[in-house]
Amino acid sequence: MRVLAIDTSNLVLSVAVVDESRVLAEMTTNLRKNHSVRLMDNISLLLDELELSPQELDGIAVAKGPGSYTGVRIGVATAKSLAWSLGIPVVGISSLQAVALNACGFTGGIVPCFDARRGQVYTALYQSQGMNRLTEMAAEQIILLREWLPLIAAETAGRPLLFLGDDVALHRETIVEMLGERALFAPSAFNHPRAAHLGWLAIERIEQADDPHSLLPEYLQVAEAEAKWLAKNSATK
Amino acid sequence: MGEFTMMTKAGTRYQQRVQQTLQKHKASDKPTYILGIETSCDETSAAVVEDGRKILSNIIASQADIHKRFGGVVPEVASRRHVENITLTIEEALQAAGKTFDDLAGIAVTYGPGLVGALLVGVAAAKAISFARGIPLIGVHHIAGHIYANRLVEEMEFPLVALVVSGGHTELVLMKEHGDFAILGETRDDAAGEAYDKVARALHLPYPGGPEIDRLAKEGTASVPLPRAWLEADSYDFSFSGLKSAVLNTLHNAEQKGTTINPADMAASFQDSVCEVLVEKTLRAAKQYQVRQVLLAGGVAANRELRERLVQRCQSEGIKLVIPPLSLCTDNAAMIAAAGYIGYLKEDFADLDLNGVPGLPLATSSLQ
Repeated sequence: MRVLAIDTSNLVLSVAVVDESRVLAEMTTNLRKNHSVRLMDNISLLLDELELSPQELDGIAVAKGPGSYTGVRIGVATAKSLAWSLGIPVVGISSLQAVALNACGFTGGIVPCFDARRGQVYTALYQSQGMNRLTEMAAEQIILLREWLPLIAAETAGRPLLFLGDDVALHRETIVEMLGERALFAPSAFNHPRAAHLGWLAIERIEQADDPHSLLPEYLQVAEAEAKWLAKNSATK
Repeated sequence: MGEFTMMTKAGTRYQQRVQQTLQKHKASDKPTYILGIETSCDETSAAVVEDGRKILSNIIASQADIHKRFGGVVPEVASRRHVENITLTIEEALQAAGKTFDDLAGIAVTYGPGLVGALLVGVAAAKAISFARGIPLIGVHHIAGHIYANRLVEEMEFPLVALVVSGGHTELVLMKEHGDFAILGETRDDAAGEAYDKVARALHLPYPGGPEIDRLAKEGTASVPLPRAWLEADSYDFSFSGLKSAVLNTLHNAEQKGTTINPADMAASFQDSVCEVLVEKTLRAAKQYQVRQVLLAGGVAANRELRERLVQRCQSEGIKLVIPPLSLCTDNAAMIAAAGYIGYLKEDFADLDLNGVPGLPLATSSLQ
């Protein structure tokens, strides 16, 4: 079984082809460049290198968010269209989990963070079970970092917490201020999602694949106009 | 280095597969079926069109009801709905046409102008399907699509002049042959549809305002004096912001004086000003370029007053007028497939780096 995996949910663009036992090819770039322009070209390049035709793929994996709304949409729209037109399953996986998978085997709490502006982060808390499984200790959410840190500190009973993601650099001071030496920071290669991880997880989950039509991004928040409308209309009641 | 050059010359496997599909189709005697995809604003639409003229299917998943409560299209909300609907809408279009991917000669997609987040969904889907199935990809300008809606009704005769009026556009376009667009004039500020929406709001009419004003105007008389923006004598450009301000000021002044203006009269007067300028400039262009056809295109083409006046004036001047049915005036993918068919014949194919371009200009010599 060969799975094509895609992550365009933040600045990083990562594509990979994996089978049950190996990563066949993977390409990850961290450029401030348009995913819309580059994603299909990167997929095309990867398959050409492998001398594979799209028809030789058995599944698609995609990071479905949270992250940049536009980035996530490009990934999901591409993944569901590929899967549907090829007649193969598609598996949507949390973009936070994609990054957390880098730290499989770490014994403390694993905390991927994407900046969500105004002091907020998209984040979740994971724990590694051996080398190949992550359990979710706190569900993915959008939350003020200053509210989040005490919550996960209490949840992990004195164990170290590993913060992952390029955006962690923006919040490092706050994290250190609130958690002191319990906070650990990873070398740069751990901060980027790797599509190969997504592909591997998708193969595990291929039986519970999504119907391509119903695969949707996970934004973790309603559109701003929607939020304002809801606030206004619940206030007047 | 030498090897690299050879590889580039041979093209990617995707390009080879597209060429194979093209050659296979050329060698066959099958009609040319183009799948059209349109997501530039708030309609998710997909269609299959035969030989650029015959609609086999034209599915439109409208979001109008969703945006109504916001009083206008919210880009982020629209983009989210497009992702939800995109593959379902395309599947419905194929099924309604009784076609499969293997029947398609090309995939035409709107890549601008429009809302960037919305455009990207259609473009991503079109590229993914094109790549998966090796089907040629054609990028279509949204306005070219509106103009080609007319070809689904009647064959084009050149030269022609097209008046394109919608919520986002007011343009006079001269065409000397297929795929060749020269902009004679365009709006310098608000699009006609935008002015309609703003005036409708001032008259406390619901969104979208165009149909409401058109309906209300029939009950009133054009008795309120409002300006006509002719601009310079030889200009084909338009301007509607002055007119819009005049309406708002007149309403405001009346309110200050404690008098009332009949909203129906205001609607009729506003419409009178807009339509007079649109129709007269179109007719002047038609005469100057000795066109064989005048085409009407875009969402505002659904406006009854505008249609009636154009019919009248074109009749009295002996100029042939083509107006698409209402269903083809608003955004739809059949018109994109119709325009894409010209790109297909010219083998003007896009590559996998096709991007959504919100401010895409209508070029003079190509669909792209």
